[in-house]
Amino acid sequence: MGILRFVAARAALGVLTLIAVSILLYLGTQLLPGDVASALLGQSATPEALAVLRAKLGLNEPAYLRYLHWLWGVVHGNLGNSLTTGTPIASALMPRLGNTLFLAGYAAIIAVPLAVGLGILSAIREGSLMDRLASILSLATISFPEFFVSYILIVVFASELGWLPSLATVYGGMDFWDRVDATTLPAITLTLVVVAHMLRMTRTSTLAVMSAPYVETAFLKGLSRSRVVLSHALPNALGPIINVVAINLAYLVVGVVVVEVVFVYPGVGQLMVDAVTKRDLPVVQACGLVFAIVFIGLNTIADICAALANPRLRSRKRQ
Amino acid sequence: MSAAAQDMLLQIRGLRIEASNGAVLTNGIDLDLRRGEVLGLIGESGAGKSTLGLAPLVYARAGCSITGGEILLAGQDLRKLDANGRRSLRGVRVAYVAQSAAAAFNPSMTLMAQVCEGPIRHGLMGRREAEAKAVELFRALDLPTPETFGQRYPHEASGGQLQRAMAAMAMSCQPDLLVLDEPTTALDVTTQIEVLAKLRELIREHNTAALYVTHDLSVVAQIADRIMVLRHGKMVETGTTNEILLSPREAYTTALVAERQAAMSGHGVAEAARGETVLTVDDVTVKYGPVVAVKGISFTVSRGETVAVVGESGSGKSTLAYAAIGQIEAAGGAFRFGPAALPPSFKNRSLEQRQRIQLIYQLPDIALNPRQKIGDILGRPVAFFEKTSAAATKARVAELLTLVGLPLDYIGRFPGQLSGGQKQRICIARALAARPELVICDEVTSALDPLVAEDILKLLKKLQDELGVSYLFITHDLGTVKRIAHRVVVMLKGQMVAEGPTADIFDTPPDDYTRKLLLSVPEMRTDWLDEALARRDIWRGGIAAVPA
Repeated sequence: MGILRFVAARAALGVLTLIAVSILLYLGTQLLPGDVASALLGQSATPEALAVLRAKLGLNEPAYLRYLHWLWGVVHGNLGNSLTTGTPIASALMPRLGNTLFLAGYAAIIAVPLAVGLGILSAIREGSLMDRLASILSLATISFPEFFVSYILIVVFASELGWLPSLATVYGGMDFWDRVDATTLPAITLTLVVVAHMLRMTRTSTLAVMSAPYVETAFLKGLSRSRVVLSHALPNALGPIINVVAINLAYLVVGVVVVEVVFVYPGVGQLMVDAVTKRDLPVVQACGLVFAIVFIGLNTIADICAALANPRLRSRKRQ
Repeated sequence: MSAAAQDMLLQIRGLRIEASNGAVLTNGIDLDLRRGEVLGLIGESGAGKSTLGLAPLVYARAGCSITGGEILLAGQDLRKLDANGRRSLRGVRVAYVAQSAAAAFNPSMTLMAQVCEGPIRHGLMGRREAEAKAVELFRALDLPTPETFGQRYPHEASGGQLQRAMAAMAMSCQPDLLVLDEPTTALDVTTQIEVLAKLRELIREHNTAALYVTHDLSVVAQIADRIMVLRHGKMVETGTTNEILLSPREAYTTALVAERQAAMSGHGVAEAARGETVLTVDDVTVKYGPVVAVKGISFTVSRGETVAVVGESGSGKSTLAYAAIGQIEAAGGAFRFGPAALPPSFKNRSLEQRQRIQLIYQLPDIALNPRQKIGDILGRPVAFFEKTSAAATKARVAELLTLVGLPLDYIGRFPGQLSGGQKQRICIARALAARPELVICDEVTSALDPLVAEDILKLLKKLQDELGVSYLFITHDLGTVKRIAHRVVVMLKGQMVAEGPTADIFDTPPDDYTRKLLLSVPEMRTDWLDEALARRDIWRGGIAAVPA
């Protein structure tokens, strides 16, 4: 199988997974007790009013037809209208998605190099003070709940030291550096949450390769430990590292709900939480779908990158 | 300093290497090696020969450490070197060639990058100079298209090519001493002769001293000036190659030499007449997807007979065995047991059909569940096939243990408490538990030390005499074939190139490949390699088309 075919197959699998997830999402929101009409009308609903509203919302059609209508709309960029505001979901979602991606990107720029770098360093200096310290500290940060870490950071850096704002207030047209300033505390919180996982995986998979015979060969050629780790062990350990980085990047996008709420940051997570409390199901679906796209997309890219890192797959075309 | 002392390259005195659990791997070993001299280190697994081989690199494998003695290289005690000193020793003055080049090369770097890494990192050469030198070594080692060979990744080269590239890598810094750890063991016999010849040429041309670690006396005879025999971490005896081979002093060495001689001198086992046919292989073809692994093979195995299927890696011999037990489905042709055809898949075979054919695996270490006691391992097939009561099962297990020559108290032991040879005996007993008519033996002795393997072969023969069982013996080792097989099937690239009584095939090989195979088996005398190379050249001149 050539590398192009592999990429195509993996991408197709990604799309298929996405369709499956969208069906599950749709089914999930359908399974909730009561429907959108009764939710909208609340306690005062009369059977007649309900019937009228159901007809208006198209709720009397079979579920699969409604799903196909919805999917058709989504493919054409139409996520439907919010039940509570009546406005197109896309126009509310897009700026929020921008905010979420900004925060995730900010956190990733700190977290990924930090985690992978410390992981490699820990592998080079296995058993050293630095290795143990990195291991213990990262474990400590992952053991505390996110909201706890958030509040500690707010108390120290916002209330006591006054260096950074405690609320991550952002708005359209905001200056880039102001935005960075506002999102630094949530970004640090997210970094602390994801670093441990990536660090440990980098360290473990690098060390796992260190017992391979070709690593012994490299040592017996008189190479230094750092050279052996960087040029012999690391390239062969990339597969698992790429995958764990992708999962954590996805988490930075889809798992930030708590952090967004604590810092009152207008991201997709908050939008989703609001929609759930208001039973605004089309918005919940849209948010879920965005999360699924990010998650599946990142993992597909990770699989392709991991395959590219393997010379057996990469060099097939030369034979 | 006298001329003799200057000539001395490596002196090891009282070397002691211990594992962290307190086991002593080498104990009080003394060793002398002159410049340009090759010393063969011989011994069974666990003898400490690889551990000793790594000592001149001041390297001990994980969990082991050098705890005593001196390692002098040209008079300098290497144990006193600090980390930097050791690093500038390794690869530069002492270089290492590993057993399995396929595993010892980094899969994600080109061969050229790996061969040149040493001289460049040690600051001995620039990249261009190092690459030119590598190409020169590739050419000297007869590698294909030496100018571009280095661009390949390890998976793009064959086993024999990789082993030669490994030698090129070791020679890249012009070391004084080369440590070769079973460098030809993982190779096919027809490939081994090439690599062996090239290694010897390289060592002689550069006047490099070498420690040649191996378990194979015939191989070491071709390359070593002297031999040291090791056992349980101690030296048994040492002497010139001819002294060890022709007049061994110690009992252990004598046994090793005798075992090899038996392997060399056998001519197969003759049988007066073939009995009733047990297994018929009729025009069997096996495919992996579009790849044809076995192509139209036909032969028979009769009662109480051993048929050896020999061939090199990739010849399809194991595939044939797994098709016979139905693990892989044959794509064409049929296996017949007696008169009845066997369904291609074991799933469609009856209990009785499965019971009659049993398999013994190559690696006894992983063929036994480490968490089950021997009594359970043997008891299960007994109860499964014979539906016996608990008491009858126990009695039968005891009978099986006696049959394979193990004491009865092994019932309560776990596989981890047994040696490799004992584990293989358990595997044999497990196959016999089903009372099979045909046992397929897949390289059953290749993971065992020579003396242990010899015992296993004797046991298999004894069981055949007692029980009248037939063996289909899959192997790459012609010595094994000579000792136990009535008939032999020679396979090459999925096809059968020769079939017949062992003595006939070995005395008058009917085809070129079989002849080449037989000529490639090293014999235990020092002049064999020269003769074989000369013979091969003449023969190559005579026959243009030699199968690879």
